[in-house]
Amino acid sequence: MPVITYRDALGAAIREEMQRDDRVFLMGEEVAVYQGAYKVSKGFLQEFGEMRVVDTPITELGFAGVGVGAAMVGLRPVIEFMTWNFALLALDQVVNAAAKMLYMSGGQYKMPIVFRGPNGAALQLSAQHSQAWESWLAHIPGLKVIAPGTPYDAKGLLKSAIRDDNPVCVLEGEMLYNTKGEVPDEEYLIPLGKAELKREGEHCSIITHGKMVLVAMQCADQLAKEGINIDVVDLRTIRPMDVEAIGESVKKTNRAVVLEEGWEMCGVGAQVVDYIQRDCFDYLDAPVVRVHQADTPMPYAKGLEKAAKPDLPKAIAAVRKVMYLD
Amino acid sequence: MATKVFMEALSPTMEEGRLVKWLKNEGDAVKSGEALAEVETDKAIMELVARGDGVLRKRLINEGDSAPVGTLAGVIATADENIDALIAGAGSPAPAAAAPAPEKVVAGQQETAGASSVPRSGEEAQAEASTPPQQKVADIPPAISGGAPRTPVAPAAPAGNAAPAKGDVRSSPLARRLASERGLDLNGVQGSGPNGRIIKRDIEAAAAAGAAAPRAAAAAAPSAPVIPREGDFHDEPLSSIRKTIARRLGESIGPIPTFYLTAEFDLTRVMEMRKAMAELGDEFKVSVNDVLLKATAVALSQHPEVNAHWLGDKIRYHNRVHLGMAVATADGLIVPVIWDADRKRMSEISREAKELAKRARERKLKPEEFTGSTFSVSNLGMFGIDQFTAIINPPEAGILAIGTSEEKLVVVNGESVVRNRVRVTMSCDHRIIDGAVGAKFLQTLRRLIENPLMLVY
Repeated sequence: MPVITYRDALGAAIREEMQRDDRVFLMGEEVAVYQGAYKVSKGFLQEFGEMRVVDTPITELGFAGVGVGAAMVGLRPVIEFMTWNFALLALDQVVNAAAKMLYMSGGQYKMPIVFRGPNGAALQLSAQHSQAWESWLAHIPGLKVIAPGTPYDAKGLLKSAIRDDNPVCVLEGEMLYNTKGEVPDEEYLIPLGKAELKREGEHCSIITHGKMVLVAMQCADQLAKEGINIDVVDLRTIRPMDVEAIGESVKKTNRAVVLEEGWEMCGVGAQVVDYIQRDCFDYLDAPVVRVHQADTPMPYAKGLEKAAKPDLPKAIAAVRKVMYLD
Repeated sequence: MATKVFMEALSPTMEEGRLVKWLKNEGDAVKSGEALAEVETDKAIMELVARGDGVLRKRLINEGDSAPVGTLAGVIATADENIDALIAGAGSPAPAAAAPAPEKVVAGQQETAGASSVPRSGEEAQAEASTPPQQKVADIPPAISGGAPRTPVAPAAPAGNAAPAKGDVRSSPLARRLASERGLDLNGVQGSGPNGRIIKRDIEAAAAAGAAAPRAAAAAAPSAPVIPREGDFHDEPLSSIRKTIARRLGESIGPIPTFYLTAEFDLTRVMEMRKAMAELGDEFKVSVNDVLLKATAVALSQHPEVNAHWLGDKIRYHNRVHLGMAVATADGLIVPVIWDADRKRMSEISREAKELAKRARERKLKPEEFTGSTFSVSNLGMFGIDQFTAIINPPEAGILAIGTSEEKLVVVNGESVVRNRVRVTMSCDHRIIDGAVGAKFLQTLRRLIENPLMLVY
C-alpha cells in the first residue's frame, strides 16, 4: 500500500471529490496560486481552474459567509482556514449561519459545507496561534466535528465530510501534515461518528483524538514493555461522539485516561468522562484521569511551552496513576 | 507497616472457618498473595492468603481450631516491628499475658451464647479463638465443637472487625459489582488501592483463594466415615458443611409453607429423540436428565412467576434462569448452578452439568459456581426412587424432584401399552406460588417433555 503524508491524504480526498462532483470547490487564503499555506491544494489551480479553486482576501468572516451562501444554493464548498485560530473571526458564519440554517429554515436549506484547517499547537507559535478548538465547535448542535489523527483517517473522513449534507468542521493537526501512513489507492470512506480501536489491550483505555493519537500509541508502546497493555480508542469524530466504542473499551479495561490537546475546563475529555460515569459506573475500578493542556494561554518560551502541553511523559504518568502504580 | 491477617469469608455463606493447617511458621517471610494457611469453610478447604509483605510474626489461631470470620488470625510485619499493641487485644501468649484470666474466656463464651444472634465483637472472638490449648479450661470446649449453641450470624451481617470502621469500606464500583455477583462480603476483603480502597484485583484475590482450594482439598478432604469394627457406633463431630445443611434446610422446612405437586410425564418421544441423536454419533448422546434440565429451564423462562425468590418483604422475579442442580458428594449436598440455562443448548447443558457434578464431588467448585440459582432441580432417579419431595433451597420459590424413568404399563386410548415414564414432584413455596400457578408450570413442562421438539421452537 502506498505510504503518503497526511497533507497529501487531505489533498487526495478533496481532489477525488472535486473530480467526482463538480459542485465541490475549494476556497480560502492562499489556496490557489500559492497552492495552500500547508500545500494541501498542490496542483489544484492547474487541474480545476480559478472558478473552483478560489483565492480570497484575508477576510475569514467574509469568505466563510460566501461559502454558506454557496451551500444554500446547492454548491458544496470546502472552506480552508489558514488555521482555526483565524477562524475565530468567522465563527458567526459557522455557528449562527451554517449550524442553524437547516433548523431555522424548517429544513428548506441543506448546508453541505466543510470548514477545514490546522488546529492545536505547533511549536512556539505563542498564545494566539496555539489553540485547540474542538470543544468550542463540538458544543454547537448542527455542527459535526472530526479530528483525524492519521493519513488514512484524514482521507476517508474528509471525503465523507464533503459528501455530508451538514456543516462539518475538520480539525487537522498542524504537526501532523508531514506524518506518513499507509493510504490505499482505491477509494474508501470512513463514516462520521465512528471511533476506531487503534490498539487493543486489557489494562487501561486511553480515549483520545487528533494529534494525541500518536502520543497515545507511543504511550502504549512504552507501557507494553512493562507488561501494561493499553486499549487506544481514537474518537476520530468528536461530534457525534461514538459513545458505544468508549463504553465497550472501558467496560473491558475498567480504567480510563482521556487525552486531548485542549484545556481542561469544559473540554472534550469532560464530555467523555461524563459518558463513562453514566454508562460504565459499575465497571470502573478507579477514577478516570484526564490529560490536557495546562490551564493557561500557551507560553512562547520553549521550556514553558513544553511544560504546558500534554505529552508522552504526562500520558504515561496518568496511566500509572489510574492503574494505582504510583 | 504491619498487616493484620483475618479469618476471611472464603465462601458466601461462611461464618466461621476451621484453621486446618498453617502453611507458614512464625518468622517466615511472606509475600502478598502467598498462602498462609488452609481453612475449612462450610463448603470447601480454601487458602487464606497474605494481604501484605513482611514476616509472619504471630499466629493467633491454633491448627484445628475454628474462629468466626473477622477474627484476628495473625500479624505480618517487618522483623523488628513492635506488634504488641496489635495482638494485645487478641489474648497474646506473651509472658505478661501468659495466663489469661479464664473468666474472661468464659465470659466471652457466655456472652456469645447469650447474644447469639448478633455479631460478636472482634475482641471476644479473638480472645476465644486464640487461646492456646494448654490454657483452655477443661470445661470450655474448643471452638470447633461450638460449646455454646451458636446461632449463625446472618450472612449479610458485618463480619467481625475486618473492616476499618463501620460503614467505611472503600471500594470501586466495579469491585462492589463483582463482590455482589460472587456473593462476597466486602467486609472480609482487604483493599489494596489508595486509602485501602477495595478494587477488582482484591476481589479476584479473594475469589482465587477459593479457586486455589482444590489442591489443599485433595490432601485434607475428610475420608468417608469408617465404622469401627469393634463397637456399635462411632461419633463424628459435625463438619462445617453438615452444619450449613442443617441450618439452611431447617430454615426451609420451618417457616416455608410448602405444598407439593406430582405429575407423571411420558418419555416416549424423549427416548426416541435420544436414540436418534445417539445414532448420529457418541458426541450427540444426551441423558434423560439433560433433557429434563433443559425443559425445566425453558419452562421457567415461560413462567417467571415460578422463577422467583422470597425476600421477606418482597418477591424477586428473575428474568434470567439460573438452574441449580443438587449434587450428592461424599461430604453432603451441594447445589452448583447452570447460569442462563434456558439460553444454553442441550449439548452445553449436558457438558456443564457433568463438569459441575464432577467438580462438586472433588470439592473444586468456586463460590460463584454454587450461588445465584433462581430455581433448583434434584434428581434421585439413578437410585431407583419412584418419586420424592425435595426441600426448597431458600429463597427460591420451588424445587423440582425427579424420580426414576422406567417402563410402565399405561393405558392409552383404552389399550394397555408399555411406555417410559418419569414422575416429578414440585415443592412450592406457597407464599410465592399458588396451586394453579405451579400446576400451569408443570403443564408447560409436560408439553415440553412429551414433545421435546418444542425445545427447539
